[in-house]
Amino acid sequence: MTDAAVFQARGIGKSYPGVRANDDVSFTVAPGEIHALLGENGAGKSTLVKMIYGLVRPDEGDMVLNGQPHQPADPRAARAAGVAMVFQHFSLFDALTVAENIALGMENPPPRRELSARIAQVSQDFGLPLNPARRVVTLSAGERQRVEIIRCLLQNPRLLIMDEPTSVLTPQEAELLFATLRKLAGHGTAILYISHKLEEIRTHCDRATILRHGRVVDSCDPREHSARTLAAMMVGGEMRPIDRSGRQAGEVLLQVKGLSLPAPTAEGTALKSVALTLRAGEILGIGGVAGNGQDELLAALSGETRSAPGSILLEGADMSRLGPEARRTAGLLAAPEDRLGHAAVPDFSLTDNTLLTAGARKQLVRKGLIDRSAARAFAEAVIRAFDVRTPGPGTAAKALSGGNLQKFVIGREVMQAPRVLVVNQPTWGVDAGAAAAVRQSLLDLAGQGAGVIVISQDLDEILELSDRFCALNEGRLSAPVPTDGLTLDQIGLMLGGAHGMEVAHL
Amino acid sequence: MIDPIALFLLLLSASTPILFAALGELVVERAGVLNLGVEGMMIVGALSGFATAYYSGNAFLGFAVAALAGALVALPFAILTQFLMSNQVASGLALTLFGLGLAALFGKPVEGVKAPSMAAGPLGLNWIVWLGLAMVPAIWWFLNRSRTGLILRGVGENHDAAHALGYDVRRVRIAAIAFGGAMAGIGGAFISVATVLQWTEGMTAGAGWIALAIVVFSNWTAVGVLAGAWLFGGVTVLQLRLQAAGVRVPVQLLSMAPYLATIIVLVAISARQKFSRRAGGAAPGSLGQDFHALR
Repeated sequence: MTDAAVFQARGIGKSYPGVRANDDVSFTVAPGEIHALLGENGAGKSTLVKMIYGLVRPDEGDMVLNGQPHQPADPRAARAAGVAMVFQHFSLFDALTVAENIALGMENPPPRRELSARIAQVSQDFGLPLNPARRVVTLSAGERQRVEIIRCLLQNPRLLIMDEPTSVLTPQEAELLFATLRKLAGHGTAILYISHKLEEIRTHCDRATILRHGRVVDSCDPREHSARTLAAMMVGGEMRPIDRSGRQAGEVLLQVKGLSLPAPTAEGTALKSVALTLRAGEILGIGGVAGNGQDELLAALSGETRSAPGSILLEGADMSRLGPEARRTAGLLAAPEDRLGHAAVPDFSLTDNTLLTAGARKQLVRKGLIDRSAARAFAEAVIRAFDVRTPGPGTAAKALSGGNLQKFVIGREVMQAPRVLVVNQPTWGVDAGAAAAVRQSLLDLAGQGAGVIVISQDLDEILELSDRFCALNEGRLSAPVPTDGLTLDQIGLMLGGAHGMEVAHL
Repeated sequence: MIDPIALFLLLLSASTPILFAALGELVVERAGVLNLGVEGMMIVGALSGFATAYYSGNAFLGFAVAALAGALVALPFAILTQFLMSNQVASGLALTLFGLGLAALFGKPVEGVKAPSMAAGPLGLNWIVWLGLAMVPAIWWFLNRSRTGLILRGVGENHDAAHALGYDVRRVRIAAIAFGGAMAGIGGAFISVATVLQWTEGMTAGAGWIALAIVVFSNWTAVGVLAGAWLFGGVTVLQLRLQAAGVRVPVQLLSMAPYLATIIVLVAISARQKFSRRAGGAAPGSLGQDFHALR
């Protein structure tokens, strides 16, 4: 390894109307280094890598790649210069085959047969098995990521950018990903790794550049710091520790038995005799890789999908044939994963959005007429209690940042004092500060004697919050296990392991 | 008795206008654009092709001009939907109404005149019929084997991903829309220049709508488009023969038959396809959605 940097950014700045996305950002990535870009949502990580990949042009500053000035006009130019990128939201084409997807990501793809052979070669070298003829729509999340990675590897990149690659993987799949990255780094490729998962950065990255509000605030060796100090650097202050005290399990609130539902769509998952019991003051964590029935389970519990009579009982009363409104009145509330479009209407004001779920339970609608002042007062109460940063309750939901809207939609349900609250991915894509606030509110709610079900793909979150844990795998729910003493490895095995991945032996 | 071979040759002719229009729309939709203006582009092609053939005396020149006119009249649709982010359904419907009105206005001088005759190709079939049949494997090859076709399918399947990889979504779509217009123009001209040999207002008689239905029917494949066009053409020819043979069924019912058959098959196939996305080949993922590059 040489000391010459693969990539260097000097004084990069970028402004959008009203926002300074990046300000005087400088950092250096050495060959064979796994370099983490760490920061909260909105800290400017994505804008920065988009500039390196040629999707956005910087307003000021300059970049150097392999000693050459790097000013890509578009992603093709960036790829030609040796930059490859794996996107956070997969940039794949569902209806096309693996080989076609890879060909689209290359400048001059070889003829089809040769390309298939090269895909097979690379997937063997790096232990990432893939069939080039499969359609992407039939692949699991982990397999889709392999397509993206192989697409990058075929171009022999000098700099590989990975944007939150592990958010959709099981712990085992993540381990294999890091083994692959390690091997790649060993060949001298520099890797720029974006994440806000502190533990994985601590264990796997050689260097971390920490961004806050678009500026570099620190640069360190993450292996020498605790997750807590890294988090403090990220948010610019100490994190409040989560308080789990003051809870004990009481009487049974929610009982689900023999809940089976067919898949709602071709891509959906059927629920297969799901059974669970939830007690007062308890938090039940349900983990699983995306697409194993999370959305379907939430829909069945919230009342969007009806199920067979007697399959869902709330304090002994049968809920299974009731719609969402009747279930809310009875005290069974839910907050779905997709905040914009499912949990909230993007173009409605926050006041109108509170009416949608709190109308009956908080008596905001009288004799068919909306009580505007009561609705506004409730929306203001949620904004105040959950520290939602917004000009006021008249703001449209879509104008809020992801974290703020998430605090609002969770707060809207929590403030209705539910008997049982079901949440799906409560802190997905939310920065560390807002996530801590949401988690604490769920713990407080359980502390007041409500039952909470947390469906999440973030296993750290489940371990932090829940008393018992169930795994959801292809629509089947495992028996609950207590979370005390449970390790991530054990959870990973419960989730169905690594889906056939193996580490390459070179 | 009806001679099956003669009937098949008639079927080939009867299905040609729809085959052209539907192959064009197939490419447009695989690029992710829903253009409901096929009927309008066809009628503009029918008039411009007929007028050119009549005044120049050269029918083949008529087809060339019809293709050009079809592509030109599709351009406002391309500008509206790709640059001004107009709704594709509304813009497409407007294109149909625009084309019908435009053709009716400028068609007055050529009403009642006869088109020049064309030299027939092999088997006594028009050369344009052969061209249409040749377009089926050509478009199949373009979509499934060529690099440009792969990019076009990528743009139609997931325009955000295509953009992220550095492809120019707008340019691909505008080219596809122009190609669709040209194909619809040729299809329309076949009706006026090669079949009816006259110009009458509204003479495409819903063929553009059938072409749109056939693209769905085809499951967005070139071979499927051919099957759909032959089904429609076959029932058309058959009902004409039955009318000529004096079958005691009201003429209106017989004339309805091709449209009815298309609708029935379409419904049957859609019901089956509802769950078949995993099997592949169904509607392009970004079909009908506006693309706005978020930077």
